[in-house]
Amino acid sequence: MINALGQPQTLLLLGGTSDIALAVARDYARTGSPYVVLAARPGARRDAAVAELAGLGLGVEAVDFDAEATDTHADLIEGVARVRDIDVAVVAFGVLGDEEQAWQDHDAAVHLATVNYVAPVSVGVCLAAVVKRQGHGVIVALSSVAGERVRRSNFVYGSSKAGMDGFYLGLGEALRGTGGRVLVVRPGFVHTKMTEGRDAAPLSVTAEDVAAAVTKAVAGGDDLIWVPGAMRGVMSGLRHVPRALLRRLPI
Amino acid sequence: MSERLTGWGRTAPTVGHVVSSTPDQVAELVGRAGPRGLIARGLGRSYGDPAQNAGGTVLAPFAGRIEAPLADGTVRVSAGTSLHELMVDLLPRGRFVPVTPGTRYVTVGGAIACDVHGKSHHVAGSFGDHVASLDLVLADGSTRTVGPDRSADLFWATVGGMGLTGVVTSAVLRTIPVETGYATVTTQRLPDLDAVMREMRESDRDFTYSVAWIDTLARGRAMGRSVLSRGEHATRDQLSGRAGAEPLVVPGAPRLAVPFPSPTNLVTSLGVRAFNEAWFRTSPAHRDGEIQSLGAFFHPLDGVANWNRVYGPHGFVQYQFVVPDGQEESLVRILERISAERLPCFLAVLKRFGPGNAAPMSFPLAGWTLAYDVPAHPDLAPLLDGLDRLVVAAGGRVYLAKDARLRPDVLAEMYPRLPEFRAVRETVDPDHVFQSDLARRLAL
Repeated sequence: MINALGQPQTLLLLGGTSDIALAVARDYARTGSPYVVLAARPGARRDAAVAELAGLGLGVEAVDFDAEATDTHADLIEGVARVRDIDVAVVAFGVLGDEEQAWQDHDAAVHLATVNYVAPVSVGVCLAAVVKRQGHGVIVALSSVAGERVRRSNFVYGSSKAGMDGFYLGLGEALRGTGGRVLVVRPGFVHTKMTEGRDAAPLSVTAEDVAAAVTKAVAGGDDLIWVPGAMRGVMSGLRHVPRALLRRLPI
Repeated sequence: MSERLTGWGRTAPTVGHVVSSTPDQVAELVGRAGPRGLIARGLGRSYGDPAQNAGGTVLAPFAGRIEAPLADGTVRVSAGTSLHELMVDLLPRGRFVPVTPGTRYVTVGGAIACDVHGKSHHVAGSFGDHVASLDLVLADGSTRTVGPDRSADLFWATVGGMGLTGVVTSAVLRTIPVETGYATVTTQRLPDLDAVMREMRESDRDFTYSVAWIDTLARGRAMGRSVLSRGEHATRDQLSGRAGAEPLVVPGAPRLAVPFPSPTNLVTSLGVRAFNEAWFRTSPAHRDGEIQSLGAFFHPLDGVANWNRVYGPHGFVQYQFVVPDGQEESLVRILERISAERLPCFLAVLKRFGPGNAAPMSFPLAGWTLAYDVPAHPDLAPLLDGLDRLVVAAGGRVYLAKDARLRPDVLAEMYPRLPEFRAVRETVDPDHVFQSDLARRLAL
């Protein structure tokens, strides 16, 4: 259960080795001790993540998760939910890819669209069934401002995020009245291993900033947030910039 | 019907299927409860999550029903009867409930499940001490009549058992005789914690009812400054004027209401500090023999319907704990911690408890209890977890009827008789048909 102070007892991290997912677990560990189910591909990174969270005094368990193997998602999520209520599930996996390769290399494009859109839809449907049955639970979907106004510079990534963002906003509406909730998180540029080596955009944040915003929003019952908050205004303006002008902007 | 439920603190909402029924239909509903189980709900005055059941069944309270009191002063009531209804019925007959908490809008079933206490605990004990017997529908659909003299283990596990042993459908309660619907009240303003504790220790036994309101925002030498309010049931010859003309007056409906939930929390440090200051200064230094209606004396907040809405959308939590006699130092340390935080708290309540009863999960034990209301916020967690440690170290506990955030491992330390309770529950409900959000959260 999530208690009166917004602290969950069970945290499911899908894409459990992502910097933001781990930062969310660390943020909860500051004031509480949730049991963490870390769903990720087996390997050294997952082992390190398990060790790190266990070192914080949390109960941790790793389960094998492959975003592209959508036919395995239902069993995986139901398996977790059979043992304990899923209080907060973070849909944190995604790939950025090489923008120019992504629209010219068929395999790369399909891979990106599968991981960033098809797989989130797949786990979203499974998670929705769980929180609906439980009568409570929050699904946190890590979207991106890139999906809010899709730009030439990363339109394959942006379009996949636009799709998943729309799906989760709609899922939140569909779950109204069931006790289950969806929180869509739209970070700007986040300094993580995914964005390593890229030039930081203005208003860039860290994984810790995103995590702090997520835990606050889960406690506060929000359904859509931007990180940083100022990004909301920026994107609201950017959404209305004519394409001819957007093309000339250095973004 | 699916309904979003919270406790009185308006925190941690979950959705359950709320069903209304008569006592006769309970067995069937229990049989039909799905994997998420069933819990009985009263009037939703527990602050946290004991009367909600996410994804499961929540049984709405039965209609109130009161049979005429028997010659021995006991009365048989349905579990859905509120203490308000009971007082309205009993007072004209010259009788009153033996124990009333700070609100009369609780059901008898809820009062038993939480083993509630009132201002009279130091002389009268808690609600369960005045239950002669109760009818309980068990997980297998059977009904058992239990009491302190029959199936005592099951009876005492049900008292304070947070609804997890079964559904109480009716109870036989002892009542007390009163001459009037009024109390004579003695009020004293006391400058600090030492003074109020000394006064309560020395002379609480001279009063049936006693409680102190503490200004938790006062610091330094004024820390713990309090207004101590103590009283007795008024006799007929103590009344005059209008009260004398109608001595057995019954409590009325709330006169004010908070009509809708405030969009933001209105309980802020500045406002609360001003309120507490004004309240302390306007209280009499010492006043004897004031006549107050029982409603005004016992349930001042019942005058404002839905007062919990002033805390805004995130609600509030109440931290109520008890530390045993001899642990006064711990109480002082805890109050110091609370005062140092400067959190907006209208008047914490301090009360002395008499000895506890035989119920393994009953909250009261001989000592001191303090109840502290604050707006809910994630940043409260370290403070309250820290208070838990002080309370455990002092051999005390927190009150499950108020709790909304305790950790399961700490619960076991606070309630050393938890294994006894679990053993009874395993016997009567091995599949845990009776379930609540509190039970899940605390792994009861």
